[in-house]
Amino acid sequence: MATAEALAGTRYRPITGRPAFIWALLDALVLARRSILETVRLPELIVFVAIQPIMFVLLFRYVFGGAIHVPGGQYVNFLMPGIFVQTVAFGGVTTGIGLAQDMQRGLIDRFRSLPMSSSAVLTGRTVADLARNLFTVVIMLIVGFIVGFRPGGIPFEFLLGILVLMGFSFAFSWISAFVGLTVRSVEAAQSFGFIWIFPLTFASSAFVPVATMPSWLQAFARHNPVSVLADALRGLFHVNPLLTAADTRSALIQSVAWILGILLVFIPISVLRYRRTTAR
Amino acid sequence: MATDRAVHAEGLVKNFGRVRALDGLDLHVDEGSLLALLGPNGAGKTTAVRIFTTLLKPDAGRAQVAGFDVVKEPDRIKAHIGLAGQSVAIDEFMTGRENLEMIGRLYHLSGKDAMRRSLELLVQFDLTDAANRIAKTYSGGMRRRLDLAASLVILPPVLFLDEPTTGLDPRSRRQMWGIINTLVDEGSTILLTTQYLEEADELANRIAVVDSGRVIAEGTSDELKQRVGGDRIEVAVTRDGDLARAVEVARRHLSSDVTIDPHQRRLSGPSREGTRELASLVREFDAAGIEITDLQLHRPSLDDVFLTLTGHQAEEEKTTEPSRRWARRAS
Repeated sequence: MATAEALAGTRYRPITGRPAFIWALLDALVLARRSILETVRLPELIVFVAIQPIMFVLLFRYVFGGAIHVPGGQYVNFLMPGIFVQTVAFGGVTTGIGLAQDMQRGLIDRFRSLPMSSSAVLTGRTVADLARNLFTVVIMLIVGFIVGFRPGGIPFEFLLGILVLMGFSFAFSWISAFVGLTVRSVEAAQSFGFIWIFPLTFASSAFVPVATMPSWLQAFARHNPVSVLADALRGLFHVNPLLTAADTRSALIQSVAWILGILLVFIPISVLRYRRTTAR
Repeated sequence: MATDRAVHAEGLVKNFGRVRALDGLDLHVDEGSLLALLGPNGAGKTTAVRIFTTLLKPDAGRAQVAGFDVVKEPDRIKAHIGLAGQSVAIDEFMTGRENLEMIGRLYHLSGKDAMRRSLELLVQFDLTDAANRIAKTYSGGMRRRLDLAASLVILPPVLFLDEPTTGLDPRSRRQMWGIINTLVDEGSTILLTTQYLEEADELANRIAVVDSGRVIAEGTSDELKQRVGGDRIEVAVTRDGDLARAVEVARRHLSSDVTIDPHQRRLSGPSREGTRELASLVREFDAAGIEITDLQLHRPSLDDVFLTLTGHQAEEEKTTEPSRRWARRAS
């Protein structure tokens, strides 16, 4: 039986006198650690994080790969950049699901009642999801190498490609955060989270050349950020001889513009929504 | 900054679309006391707590917590309160200790202090054995204790407990009551919401009965009971056929204000003369050949209070589900 004795205990004084942005950072780290612990301790998430992407690589490489012909190179080299983009886009959905779950469990209410930075819950989770996506990409790179993926070019281009990919991952997490905070239930975050990601990733150059699609779809597929980024990666990894340096530069600039545009819109509106939201 | 009241609200109004959750709620909780906000589901209890804890902004009215205005100084309030909401707000995949340390860090304690405080709380809440197990493995009672511990990390001057025992088994509920009583003894100011009359009676210095977003009665448990009148006599008859005649007898002896529960074959009415009436009632029933299974004289319960205060409303349109629950508990 608990506590016949005094409950009071020691009153510790909070640290004061640090500027708000330092707290925003420190609070976010505390919460990022929490999200990462969850990933490590929840077996289902490991399946999502590691096994599902590996299956995608193997299925597309060996099942569809024989039927899909890409001009100027091997399918596996065309596929890997596309599947990276698709994977981080899908991975971003977990940001919204996680937030909706926190909302349902009352954790968001508790966090909002604490004297902490009001952006930390969102930055903590999006940063943790970024780290998780990076882990997934590394695993896929290894599997990719095993099944024949051979990027060319210099290491700087390769790392720049991974950096832009992570920027895209981060941006998509923020869209997903907004969706999760808006729908407020795990089931809805799941369905609303994936429903727009599916057409976006499949009606793109991620898995097949856009030129093979009907013309009305090509217009969408060409300007789709997933295609833009996949093409930028193909250029940076030197896996598609048909892409000129100018093509690559243009795709890279467009990708960065998409990333910055999404972050500029979705960070403020998500934080604003967080400040006003409560569990049902 | 100091005021004499730790929590104070005047005319709080909050609408959600066309639903008026709070309709001019007035409330005060004296420093160092526990006020129970008692009411059925949908009465506005949680909305009120959310306004006090700065999670929601009121549409109208004013509220102060620990001397700070909920609209103008939410950040000051957050450093002075603890909240244990209706659902257990702990991370399932962190251990008990990690949960408490995280909350400590988010209250901006140093890492070392957050650790020391979490160990202290784990001891106090009888969770040391489970300290390094993830919370997913905890029982319902343990989760509630961890959740309450999390709200006490900074020993907040004002504590909000939103239905802290909902879903607990009787033993765990008793345990929570013990902890909450200790907190009050140690001078915490607590606003607690509950649908359980028993709980309000057990814990509260004062009780505010809420219905449809406003306080319809307020006072100590005794004061509220007095509003229903004095003692009551309750009779249960053995045979269905005797009930009508028993009611007749009771009306003659007690007053015309007799309530009847045909399913339980029970009737009850206000007693004017206490035990002397009991004796004459028994003689009368005997003479009429009415067999009785139960006869008691009791002080009105909080159930009686609630039914008296809201009885007519409960019969109108709203709260079919909750009112049935109240009625059942009252029987």
